[in-house]
Amino acid sequence: MTERSEYKELSWQGLWKNNPGLVQLLGLCPLLAVTTTLTNAIGLGLATLLVLVCSNATISAIRQWVPKEVRIPIFVLIIAAFVTCVQLLMNAFTFGLYQSLGIFLPLIVTNCAIIGRAEAYASKNPVKPASFDGLMMGVGFALVLMTLGAIREILGQGTLFDGAELLLGEWASILRIEIFTSDTSFLLAILPPGAFIAMGFLIAAKNAIDSSIAAKQPKAEAKTIERVRVNFEG
Amino acid sequence: MKVAIQNNAKVLALFAVACTALVSLVSLLTKDTIARQEQQQLLSTLHQVIAPERINNDLYQDCQFIKDEEYLGSNQSQTAYIARMDHVPVAVAITSVAPDGYNGNIQLLVAINVDGTLSGVRVLKHKETPGLGDKIETRKSEWVYNFNDKDIIDEKDLRWAVKKDGGMFDQFTGATITPRAVVNAVKNTMLYFNQHQKDIISNTTSCRGQHD
Repeated sequence: MTERSEYKELSWQGLWKNNPGLVQLLGLCPLLAVTTTLTNAIGLGLATLLVLVCSNATISAIRQWVPKEVRIPIFVLIIAAFVTCVQLLMNAFTFGLYQSLGIFLPLIVTNCAIIGRAEAYASKNPVKPASFDGLMMGVGFALVLMTLGAIREILGQGTLFDGAELLLGEWASILRIEIFTSDTSFLLAILPPGAFIAMGFLIAAKNAIDSSIAAKQPKAEAKTIERVRVNFEG
Repeated sequence: MKVAIQNNAKVLALFAVACTALVSLVSLLTKDTIARQEQQQLLSTLHQVIAPERINNDLYQDCQFIKDEEYLGSNQSQTAYIARMDHVPVAVAITSVAPDGYNGNIQLLVAINVDGTLSGVRVLKHKETPGLGDKIETRKSEWVYNFNDKDIIDEKDLRWAVKKDGGMFDQFTGATITPRAVVNAVKNTMLYFNQHQKDIISNTTSCRGQHD
């Protein structure tokens, strides 16, 4: 029961309440720069997710042997090693995507969400919950990337999954969806300012949902607590 | 105190060695795949501008470095790939740079048949504005196919300009600088080829560092 609620709390934190993209606002540089298409967003999201899970698991596994004074350089070393490995693997197996993500792949090292999770959670908890935390934080970050990528791609070029073959191989070019065609694309959505504006709307939407939930909460509180507990055991 | 410093240093060194070992291992395992991918990428671009059925030599090996800042747009060495059918040259693909793009250099691959007409042009790398200048890519627009089969008389050939400047190539709505830069670079590459065709074709030193 306590373990299950721990995992539930981790998921809730990573995916919504403490989402690295929408709430902690960490890793904004890659978040805003590569989300011009959904494919790019998925690529960077998966790469970040992989690094986050690996680094969290490793850091948690070695936490007894790391002296407190030198923990940060060691965390950075481990994260940098994983990022370099992911970069090499993507260069070898998803060459086209590697080229379109360019400089933002090595920049995963500087994504504060990763070292943040290492310091705040992985270095104090066992391997299993630490990996799970990495997974949930990574998925949360990837979901924000993908939402932003989808919005910008639809507004900017009127397509979805453009260039999916770069990520998934030749067959994936059939995934491309043409929503509308226009000769003059909506430039603002593709350029960096569009990323900031879309991001602003996303954060606003999240806050609006949160406050509307909070507004309903006080009246129903006494009843819902009862029901939640029943759900847990059932 | 001293012991603590020694211990910390040891732990740090240990992790540095372990991480480096991991990266070296992955690098070693992926090295061949990466090299193959790069070669394939290059070959598939080359085959777009010179149809594969026209040639039967190893394009990847049959290449050489050329350098001409005025005509090829860069003080770096560029590469010329020579396409042959049964040892007879049919076309040469030259990498060149348009240094005056809207956002810096535009890297091009210009394939010219031995009779001086263009076989095809592709943009290898650019930083032009998405939605405006990036119509030079084949994914975004068919513009670059306009170069196919064009020829050039001499340096003063007035057709080699965008329509706005009285030439034969379309500019894009809202972006004239990009197509102007590309047209100019292709023109210069062709002029370079016309002057140096014999040298390029007769030179047998491969850019891969081996002799034919």
